[in-house]
Amino acid sequence: MKKVGVVVFPGSNCDYDVYNVIKKVLKLDAEYIWHKETALRHYDAIVLPGGFSFGDHLRAGAVARFSPVMQEVINFANIGKPVIGICNGFQVLLEANLLPGALITNKHLRFLCRDTFLKVKNNKTLFTSNYKENEIIKMPIAHYTGNYFANEDTYKQLLDTNSIVFQYSNTNGDISDDTNPNGSAHNIAGIINEKGNVLGMMPHPERACEAILGSDTGIGVFSSMLGV
Amino acid sequence: MSKQQEPVVNWKLAEEHGLNKEEWGKIQKILGRVPTFTELGIFSVMWSEHCSYKNSIAELKKLPRDGEKLLVGAGEENAGLVDIGDGLAVAFKIESHNHPSAVEPFQGAATGVGGILRDIFTMGARPIACLNSLRFGPLSKPRNRYLLDHVVKGIAHYGNCMGIPTVGGEVYFDEGYSENPLVNAMAIGIVKHNGIKSAISKGNGNTVMIVGSSTGRDGIHGATFASVEISEESESKRSNVQVGDPFTEKLLLEATLELCKKDYVIGIQDMGAAGIACSTSEMSEKGNSGMIIDIEKVPMREQEMTPYEVMLSESQERMLVIVRKEFEPEVKAILEKWDLHCEVVGKVTDSPKIQINMNGKLYSEIPAWDLCLGGGTPVYYRKTKRPEYLDKLQQEDLSQLPEPKDYNEVLKKLLSSPNIADKSWIYEQYDYSVRTNTAVPPGSSAAVILVKGTNKALATCTDGNGRYVYLNPRRGGQIAVAEAARNVVCSGAKPIAITNCLNFGNPNDPEVYYQFQNAVMGMGEACNVFDTPVTGGNVSFYNESPDTAIFPTPVIGMLGLIENLKNITTSHFKDEGDFIMILGTIKGEIGGSEYLKVVHDKISGDAPSLNLDFEKRVQTACLQAIDAGIVKSATDISDGGLGVAVSECCIKNTEKTLGASVYISRKMRDDELFFGETQSVILLTIDVSNLLKLETIASKNMIPCVTIGRVKDDGILKLNDCINVPVEELRDAYVQALPKAMDGELL
Repeated sequence: MKKVGVVVFPGSNCDYDVYNVIKKVLKLDAEYIWHKETALRHYDAIVLPGGFSFGDHLRAGAVARFSPVMQEVINFANIGKPVIGICNGFQVLLEANLLPGALITNKHLRFLCRDTFLKVKNNKTLFTSNYKENEIIKMPIAHYTGNYFANEDTYKQLLDTNSIVFQYSNTNGDISDDTNPNGSAHNIAGIINEKGNVLGMMPHPERACEAILGSDTGIGVFSSMLGV
Repeated sequence: MSKQQEPVVNWKLAEEHGLNKEEWGKIQKILGRVPTFTELGIFSVMWSEHCSYKNSIAELKKLPRDGEKLLVGAGEENAGLVDIGDGLAVAFKIESHNHPSAVEPFQGAATGVGGILRDIFTMGARPIACLNSLRFGPLSKPRNRYLLDHVVKGIAHYGNCMGIPTVGGEVYFDEGYSENPLVNAMAIGIVKHNGIKSAISKGNGNTVMIVGSSTGRDGIHGATFASVEISEESESKRSNVQVGDPFTEKLLLEATLELCKKDYVIGIQDMGAAGIACSTSEMSEKGNSGMIIDIEKVPMREQEMTPYEVMLSESQERMLVIVRKEFEPEVKAILEKWDLHCEVVGKVTDSPKIQINMNGKLYSEIPAWDLCLGGGTPVYYRKTKRPEYLDKLQQEDLSQLPEPKDYNEVLKKLLSSPNIADKSWIYEQYDYSVRTNTAVPPGSSAAVILVKGTNKALATCTDGNGRYVYLNPRRGGQIAVAEAARNVVCSGAKPIAITNCLNFGNPNDPEVYYQFQNAVMGMGEACNVFDTPVTGGNVSFYNESPDTAIFPTPVIGMLGLIENLKNITTSHFKDEGDFIMILGTIKGEIGGSEYLKVVHDKISGDAPSLNLDFEKRVQTACLQAIDAGIVKSATDISDGGLGVAVSECCIKNTEKTLGASVYISRKMRDDELFFGETQSVILLTIDVSNLLKLETIASKNMIPCVTIGRVKDDGILKLNDCINVPVEELRDAYVQALPKAMDGELL
């Protein structure tokens, strides 16, 4: 049975939600990985969950990047195995240089929790193959530092490599300032690395895996990644 | 002050510590001598209202505090505990942090959340939701906007970082709260019956440990400060407000829940108000034991702290843990994993006294019993006097007020009143979906939280209309409970228990105490009818300043149980063609209404009438209809009356452009009909085919059930001949009001 490792930094708080989705919704195996552990090879995928690792001290994700587990996460990614960073996990991936760009404070300078609609820009990835191209999916955001920033060169590179996976939109798929909750450049909500095995995204797919919670369209991220 | 020399203790110093002459005499009698400086400090915080409830306990004891589902009674543990079946229990409690928030809104609100969460997880319960209840002065004043902004940021800062969803709450604005904002924080946790930990200390020779943050000088005398009115004098005496660190508390949460699983942990209590003084004495009192504490072993973050300061410090994110002797290394190992401090600071004795030493010198020795509520703390029966304003306001003839000319405008004005308007500007700053249990997020009648591993859910809300209590304290108290119960009923839940936070003025003022006594009486009467025992809570007196006093504001935190997930119900209209029904009778009472305030600039009249037995039958009928599967939406009539309720039901469906057409023939003015805040009325929508079923349920419960209109798909709201307006216009008014007000645009 496929086994997912969910990294737990001090201050992670979406670890349980991801674990629960893998175990209870997808009925696959999952294990917590304490941030001081370094044996990752036996996992099929690694998730860096959301939360406030190390209290967001210094800068979101900046301290977690130096946890012992992170060198192994980098090695895990380098051999082509799938890694997802969600919310704070995305921030950690950027700090670890596994993905390009940066995340800055939301444009309104406030924490923002709300449902968003995402357009699946690229469904030919390890994480989105169960979606249709340009499919509109719904999942919540909940962050203070989720405003994705990329300079022109980086943006061009993202476009050239088809690395923009999700963009904030509305139910019609319109991508504009009106459908941009946090000021992210080009409404970018999620990106992958050039190799295609590392995904970072601000919205929370793990919170959108059961209809009773308002949406089950987030499950595709995990089911694609695990080939189910 | 030098660490060696303590000031001479005399009556003057005792008075400066907020003690009265009688209490000063009582302390000397207990000790058989003049107290030391450290002892004086301990008595003053432990006998403050905040810790001892000395001015309120006589009244609080009259509240119903028993019920078959209660696993511990009110005041017995850090929070109330209610059985929900499946071997699970819910721990929940609400507490005020008004005074710190008035001074430093961000940290005051943040540490309010931190404190209430510790109360929950020290019982072994995993916190699953936070709520709050807030009151501020009008947003036209920049100071009030600052307070709201920072209180919300403080709540968000703490709850979000902890990863506990803030799922509900309420906020009202009135001049009386300008100098006295109210910040009440509530938390809910889940625990297995066999995982419950007690806040007890016992077993001669067992070890006393402090875990979590180190101790500083912050918040010394916070509990005493909270027990006087805010004045220039008290401002100068004011303690440093505590500073919260939610990251440390998140680690403490995880470490504590690990500890709670261990048999060698005898008891555990958080340190909130009155810090080590409170936790050592309360835990010992409960276990009929004593303690010896060596102050120098307490991890400190500041130099040369005195025993007085260490005992009274309200530094956050600390716990006192009683551990079976010789298991200290196991405890340390758990705390070390989470990078937290953990020190042995003393031991349990079989003496009745708490003995405080520093470097071998005795600084304090007081019997625990004399420091604790239910023990030797003073109990006062305060004088009451019916306030003179009551007759004048209650008897005011409101029927002579001019009727509005443009009802559409009045409705928009009400919808854009910050008391009614959309609160997403606030709740979107809270992470309300973390932990993946939030089935109904903020914005409906109550929030609904799933209980994982079961087919059950909890519905929960906070309610308390201070205006009604001001106009009629007893009935206002009844309404606070009735409305909270109605809100969880509209979400499909059976009300099972409440927690309360009683925010009032100075209890030494007989008119204030009259309000307090009557409001508590009213709450008790309602709790008896709804079978919702009071599991605990908090009293906050002295919410006064030289210029203003707050409305008497009892806040109810209601817990409802949804036995079957299919019964989860939301407030907004669902489908075109559905029948709009009301259970109950609209009486057109506009006393104390938002309409009266916003349109006629009056706070007067009597609070709406309430028959508790009738209310109970309306709620029972609603629940039966929900259980029968025929209810598509349910909400009650509250602020702004039927007009606002129907508008919100249209506005809150964001997926469809719905409208409604309502026609009611009544012998009353349209403003009374549509803006009166009649109690015991529930607004439902049903499919036409279920009309007979609903009528049968209503008649069995002997309550009126009337069809008042239909849901439309034209996006127009029509109420009789007086209101005809596009829902989009109403939505704009409703949604934009709060953001505009916070930007300082004229209200």
